[in-house]
Amino acid sequence: MLEIGLGHYLTVAAILFTLGVFGIFLNQKNVIIILMSIELMLLAVNINLVAFSTHLQDLVGQVFALFVLTVAAAEAAIGLAVLVVYFRNRGTIAVQDINQMRG
Amino acid sequence: MVLQALAFYFFAGIVIASAVMVISARNPVHSVLFLILAFFNSAGLFVLQGAELLAMTLVIVYVGAVAVLFLFVVMMLDINFTELRQGFRDNLHWGIAVGLLLIVELVIFLASWQFSGAIEETVVAKQPPVESGITNAEALGQIIYTKYVYFFQAAGIVLLIAMIGAIVLTLRQREGVKKQNIGAQVNRSVKESVELVDIKPGQGL
Repeated sequence: MLEIGLGHYLTVAAILFTLGVFGIFLNQKNVIIILMSIELMLLAVNINLVAFSTHLQDLVGQVFALFVLTVAAAEAAIGLAVLVVYFRNRGTIAVQDINQMRG
Repeated sequence: MVLQALAFYFFAGIVIASAVMVISARNPVHSVLFLILAFFNSAGLFVLQGAELLAMTLVIVYVGAVAVLFLFVVMMLDINFTELRQGFRDNLHWGIAVGLLLIVELVIFLASWQFSGAIEETVVAKQPPVESGITNAEALGQIIYTKYVYFFQAAGIVLLIAMIGAIVLTLRQREGVKKQNIGAQVNRSVKESVELVDIKPGQGL
């Protein structure tokens, strides 16, 4: 219990990832919360990568976590920009109404 | 060792509690603030594991940039959030079902999983021991700028494209706004701006 090892960090990451998926299902109408849930899932992935990196004494895991962080930041910026444009056009951000491009 | 365990449970507990608050808070502004708390405490978890550079990057990138971006968007858009919360209870069963399924799968996976003996040979970039005096940031820099320099450049290009994309998406030309067009002003010639009319005496225009 007091010996903190790989398993503890993996458990935290697993719970965090599940909470992210749970959040997407729970807030199906609110895109902002969905984006935040995706951020939580990416954070869980990063915790996993760093935990394995520390456990194996291999720095590549941390390099990869750095790139995941980059992509997450880019994704948040683009996602929020799309959200702002959508709100400007429609006046709402309810996800169920997004079917304009169905053709 | 006890102190490390206490710190781990402290950080991990706050991370998970604030993640729960992120997905269940009524006010999205509170969600963003709890997201910041979650990121701060996972930075603490990273420090506990010796990944200082990543911890600081997490604080700078997320707390300094992404969270502020979220706050701006949440506060600037005029959204009726109570309307968006309708169906929260209906989705609860599905969410719990999928969440339980996922956590059970992860537990089964974690419980039955172990390293093979040959894993030590696959280590690509050995972490320098603490006694060597090389910090985590220095060690990471030594491999990012040499071995992974192309990936590093690719990450920069991803960020550049994201920046241009966000600007292109949100930039708009408004109709009916009077603006000074300096190029047009400077390029004006006397010929096209002043009309000289020759009027004979005794005649009107």
